[in-house]
Amino acid sequence: MLLIHCPYCEDTLPELEFTYAGEAHIARPADPSALSDEEWRDYLFIRTNARGPHYERWRHVGCGRFFNALRDTVSDRFLMTYKAGLPRPPLPQETVE
Amino acid sequence: MSRYRIMGKGRVDHSAPVSFTFDGKTYKGLRGDTVASALLANGVHLMGRSFKYHRPRGAVTAGSEEPNALIGTSRGAGRFEPNTRATVQELRAGLVTESQNKWPNLSFDLGAINDRAYMLFSAGFYYKTFMWPKSFWDKVYEPVIRGAAGLGKSPTEPDPDRYASRYLHTDVLVVGAGPAGIAAALAAAQSGADVTLVDENPEMGGSLLSDPAVQIDGKPAWDWVEAQLGRLRAAGVRLMTRTTAIGYYHQNMVGLCQRLTDHLDNPPKGAPRERMWRVRAGQVVLAQGALEKPLVFDGNDRPGVMLAGAAQTYLHKFGVRVGDNPAVVTSHDSAWYAAFDLADHGARIAAIIDTRDAVRPDLLEAARKRGIKVLASHTVTTTTGRSRVKSVRAALVRGDTVGAGHDIACDCLLMSGGWTPSLHLFSHTKGSLAWDGQTFLPDRKTEDCEIAGAGRGLWGYQPVLADGAAAGLRALAGLGRAGHDACFTVGNDRPGTGVTHTELPTDGNAGKARAFIDFQNDVTAKDIRLAVREGMRSIEHVKRYTTNGMATDQGKMSNINGLMIAADALGKAPPQVGLTTFRPPYTPTSFGAFCGYLRGETFQLTRKTPIDPWAEANGAVFEPVAQWRRAWYFPKPGEDMHAAVLRECKATRASLGIFDASTLGKIEVAGPDAVEFMNRIYTNPWTKLAPGRCRYGLLLGEDGFIRDDGVIGRLSPDLFHVTTTTGGAARVLTMMEDYLQTEWPDLDVWLTSTTEQWATVALNGPNALTMLKPLVQGVDWDDFPHMSCGECTVAGLPARLFRLSFTGEIGFEVNVPARHGLALWTALMEAGKPYDICPYGTETMHVLRAEKGYIIVGQDTDGTVTPADAGLDWAVCKAKKDFVGKRSLSRPDIVAKGRKQLVGLLTEDGSLLQEGAQIVLDPDQPKPMRMVGHVTSSYQSTMGHPIAMAVIEGGFDKMGETVFVPMPDGVRKARITSTVFYDPEGLRLKA
Ligand SMILES: [Zn+2]
Repeated sequence: MLLIHCPYCEDTLPELEFTYAGEAHIARPADPSALSDEEWRDYLFIRTNARGPHYERWRHVGCGRFFNALRDTVSDRFLMTYKAGLPRPPLPQETVE
Repeated sequence: MSRYRIMGKGRVDHSAPVSFTFDGKTYKGLRGDTVASALLANGVHLMGRSFKYHRPRGAVTAGSEEPNALIGTSRGAGRFEPNTRATVQELRAGLVTESQNKWPNLSFDLGAINDRAYMLFSAGFYYKTFMWPKSFWDKVYEPVIRGAAGLGKSPTEPDPDRYASRYLHTDVLVVGAGPAGIAAALAAAQSGADVTLVDENPEMGGSLLSDPAVQIDGKPAWDWVEAQLGRLRAAGVRLMTRTTAIGYYHQNMVGLCQRLTDHLDNPPKGAPRERMWRVRAGQVVLAQGALEKPLVFDGNDRPGVMLAGAAQTYLHKFGVRVGDNPAVVTSHDSAWYAAFDLADHGARIAAIIDTRDAVRPDLLEAARKRGIKVLASHTVTTTTGRSRVKSVRAALVRGDTVGAGHDIACDCLLMSGGWTPSLHLFSHTKGSLAWDGQTFLPDRKTEDCEIAGAGRGLWGYQPVLADGAAAGLRALAGLGRAGHDACFTVGNDRPGTGVTHTELPTDGNAGKARAFIDFQNDVTAKDIRLAVREGMRSIEHVKRYTTNGMATDQGKMSNINGLMIAADALGKAPPQVGLTTFRPPYTPTSFGAFCGYLRGETFQLTRKTPIDPWAEANGAVFEPVAQWRRAWYFPKPGEDMHAAVLRECKATRASLGIFDASTLGKIEVAGPDAVEFMNRIYTNPWTKLAPGRCRYGLLLGEDGFIRDDGVIGRLSPDLFHVTTTTGGAARVLTMMEDYLQTEWPDLDVWLTSTTEQWATVALNGPNALTMLKPLVQGVDWDDFPHMSCGECTVAGLPARLFRLSFTGEIGFEVNVPARHGLALWTALMEAGKPYDICPYGTETMHVLRAEKGYIIVGQDTDGTVTPADAGLDWAVCKAKKDFVGKRSLSRPDIVAKGRKQLVGLLTEDGSLLQEGAQIVLDPDQPKPMRMVGHVTSSYQSTMGHPIAMAVIEGGFDKMGETVFVPMPDGVRKARITSTVFYDPEGLRLKA
């Protein structure tokens, strides 16, 4: 069972306290009506499905907060977690092939 | 004294005989025996029959890797357990055991016909037979296979035992308490670290318990073990026996299954049978040792053929000589020591047959001194003996030539094909493996763990002890602590090396050889070669095609032998072919241990409303809804469900019904931007909704499909009382929080779940207003029409009162703080007496709402239904620029013709449809029929005929048309109607 760091509680806690919430850094368009059908489709359904480091959202059920994480989908390791709204951090050096 | 027991020998208690039965016959063993050691002491080698061929089998090991000696054990009703390894099950007084896979009895078994028909059951048999005519499979193969090839009997009664579960945090977890594990724990314990040492056996000491002549630091092995365990205990190390590390999970979490009572004559009443530990360790030391491999030759599975190391264990731990006249065949030095030990305890060794050309001179000398015949450069080509091995045929090998064989009489045959490090737990972590020319060793690690001793290919006590101590120190260093190096002096050490083989060379027909690799799944060397000939290239394919390594022992003995043969057949080096993946659990683990406390009433929490005690006292039948237990209906004496529901429906329509709606999800949306938030989340317009009024709210996903609904009241300009479906409450709050936290953090809004803060009682019926009015204070009835809400008191209790209807009758929902729920209910029941107030349950609620065509999200919708599909377009505010899901409502797929739409259905013959039944336009079309929709709701109604709702392609344009509903007992004809069956004009609400 993974241990996950909640950036709000500043505590590392068992996976059971968290739920996955999809890919991160996909902002809801400010004016959806201005989008073409294809652009709206991409916003709704098209996701990265990364093999390796993946920016994703998690929710700490304990405190109720959504936050972002960088997780390696091959090793299932959390490389970092950070608060929602912060810009996408660069990949850690050792994970760049 | 049993025939094969050596007086005073072993770690069993010779003064404590224990009786048990095996296949109905009573035997005597000793306290400390396993079932296998006790049977062997009585000269019983035949302990079971194999899974596929029903070949007679005996114990081949002395440990948890045992593939053959599987037995059923029983301690009375519900306490029967199949597939228990006789080599692990400790003897207890009155233990009842039985052999498996035999009929009518173990020594004469009709299923053994499979053995003669083995050509039919060769590799890929299960796959190939699927290509036979299907009827042949259904009528012949499957029943025959299921009848003949089951692995033990399933228990038929619920397990009455308790199972416990605990968490443990420890600095260092050492798995395996042999020499390496003990040395590692000693090293780790010296700096005050919290250390846990676990072992699957009843006693710690590992291989040292089978090698008592070894001396460590001047002490005999057993004395040394006892002294070290004393030191560990004194240092506060947690010592856990009968505890198997079943799985190694992420971030040093290890699952331990501790067996607590199976070895006890009389377990304390209520004591848990097993305990599952979830251990989070700072560092893990794997010191699991190595598993001995069989050699692969024709007849290597007869009872009496066993691993040499197992014979050594039976001798030293249990004082049991497995035979009087053993022969030995080996490719590893270790079996020589087993032969010497048996010879020194009264056995006459028939011969030591070594496959290798060069054997260590000191071993040859030790054999000569004991008068043991040695055959080097020899192979074994076959054995004889039905329920016990009688002879073994040995032949000289020169290059590729196998010389003439000669038979050597024996009463057991001890084999050793070398040793495989126990890699299972390491492999659970996805640690990589490296091939050292003979076997796989742990290589790159992914977790904070150390591997010590024979588990990483070391042999001999001196290097293993030093390695264990070093691993313990490295674990300490990993924790940022330091300790002193340890030094061990070992006397009478037993160093050894060996070689790994494919199947042994034979002078006979290799195609007829029954040389077993996987004993439990009856996989032979020939099966592996056949799989390769038939095109399997990956070891994963070979495994699945032959089922090698797929039995409950998970290939502990068979994987390397299978790999060697597959690699040979493919003409590749073993590492190029690779090893199959080991998966948890390490050994078979009971379901009870996994469930722990999570069974029966404690499987899942049961949420009860404040009014639940009244419902229970008044004979409610309950149904689970999400995690709630809800009153389903209230039968009167003699009433069935149908009669009770019809009475409740009619009473409500005629006068007054009362319903516990406390489970409705409730969320408070508060703050200066509350109305803006509501506008963005729900499809409806909220700006103009005045405080004191409420409105039906519809919630979509961003994909435009209906997610939830409920009536929402505006209590003040900045406070909304939102209700959700019972099952959707948590999901809706999470969705709201998601948007608020991540998309619109600028909005000043607070969301609070208040589901459990309020008890909610619904009153419905033509007399609802009349009855309620006198109880209410603080409401201006001249300004409280349908769809109003406000704070007031009801029966003297502080309340939020909603005037709304989910039945089509005049209706109210009274919310009071949960602690007043029961008082409110009781007061309303009392005040309702003059109106024959009728409590009703969820079924009546469903019928009444369906008669009005009110949908239940999740029943009439399924995640692919838009507001338009459900006829709820009126609830969507098109004037709003944006809300969640709005953009999707104009996607091409959503506006396309032919979408399934929610309509009513009335059957022509007045019969009740089944919810979920599929709908077709033409019942005579060929199968598979084209299905155009399905029934979503179906009830007996108050109107004298059943009603149904359904989603049907283009349903709105098919009003009045006929469709067909094929059901198990015939096709029903049904007419498409509006979903509003009752009071379509809504006159009753205005009454
Ligand atoms: Zn948190």
